[in-house]
Amino acid sequence: MSANQATSDEVLIGRIAKGDRLAMQVLFARHHVRVYRFVLRLVGNPSVAEDLISEVFLDVWRQADRFEGRSAVSTWMLAIARFKALSALRKRPDEELDDEAAEAIEDVSDNPEVALQKKDKSAVLRQCLEKLSPEHKEIIDLVYYHEKSVEEVAEIVGIPENTVKTRMFYARKKLSELLQAAGIERGWP
Amino acid sequence: MNTMSEKANDHEEIESLLPWHAAGTLSRRDAERVERALASDQELVRRFNLVREELAETIHLNESLGAPSARAMEKLFAAIDAEGALKRKPGFSFDLRTRVSELFSGFAPRTLAYASAAAALVILLQAGLIGGIMLKSGAGYNTASAPDVKVDSLDLYVNFVPQASTDEVTKFLRARQASIVEGPKGAGTYRVRFAVTGLPKEELARLVKDLQQNRNIVSSEFEAPATK
Repeated sequence: MSANQATSDEVLIGRIAKGDRLAMQVLFARHHVRVYRFVLRLVGNPSVAEDLISEVFLDVWRQADRFEGRSAVSTWMLAIARFKALSALRKRPDEELDDEAAEAIEDVSDNPEVALQKKDKSAVLRQCLEKLSPEHKEIIDLVYYHEKSVEEVAEIVGIPENTVKTRMFYARKKLSELLQAAGIERGWP
Repeated sequence: MNTMSEKANDHEEIESLLPWHAAGTLSRRDAERVERALASDQELVRRFNLVREELAETIHLNESLGAPSARAMEKLFAAIDAEGALKRKPGFSFDLRTRVSELFSGFAPRTLAYASAAAALVILLQAGLIGGIMLKSGAGYNTASAPDVKVDSLDLYVNFVPQASTDEVTKFLRARQASIVEGPKGAGTYRVRFAVTGLPKEELARLVKDLQQNRNIVSSEFEAPATK
């Protein structure tokens, strides 16, 4: 995100705090896809993710006057989104979670092999990224896709900065193990 | 020995920063440290390339997730509309106070004294007028519409209890098929339109009684003049 956009996000939040609906539309248009993808990777259900992003932005509307600008607006929104996603996961019935977990396991155990037969290393890597635990997926996404610094990840996830680095290391280590199991040796760690 | 362990720690630290260096989110100082290490360490370069592969595929994976449907936005703005008029405007009172103090600070003490006396006189006159009207018409609420014709809505000026949450107020209004049509004015007063079906006087009495029984939500109410 550019410095200009960061500034205008803050300006938008200032307007939203005064009840400016148009500013809310601009902020939504600018960020809703990324927030949706972040939530979807955590909850794994598009319909639930859609409901949750409406709630995230409604919270932004309600709390805009309390935004102090100590972090980027996108960081603040991802922290709200993460809280909503984890709350939704806690509320879901066990059977539903079990079904989804079973589907995920089935997908990942078959597909890397199929993809490897096609000699598509990138596809295998993506399959392995999907097989990571929610905790590891989250940190990989925040660093690589959402372009969050160590400090920002610490703020979103609510852990110390050193733990952010350690968790990222273990997420990448797990990814290497999954790749190795799928027949790709990276020579690291 | 110490130097060797310091060097190993430094190497480990640099390696842990590679994901953020690939994403371009390191501070300039840290980015320069990583660049210096990369310039002289081929193994680190190889590992950095692994990081770059991970980064590229993470982006690819996320981009393939698609986007939410228009339903998300519709749901959001329907919720905003439901509570829209209740949106607090924190800057308002601060601005007003600042403006008033700026206005008065520009006056000389003597001018201020005259202005205060004049204001006190105006308040006395207003009080007299209002008292006169109240005595003539009797205390209580009056409706602006004809008393024997059924109406389908009534407007009241309402003040909500500051501790009542937006959700509680929204629920309260929804339960009474009421909506905010104007406000907030002055001291947080809203003009609220209530759907009714009977004679204005009876409906008004019923509404006022209802609002008075909900002092956890509504702190005061009075009839709004009919709009032209």
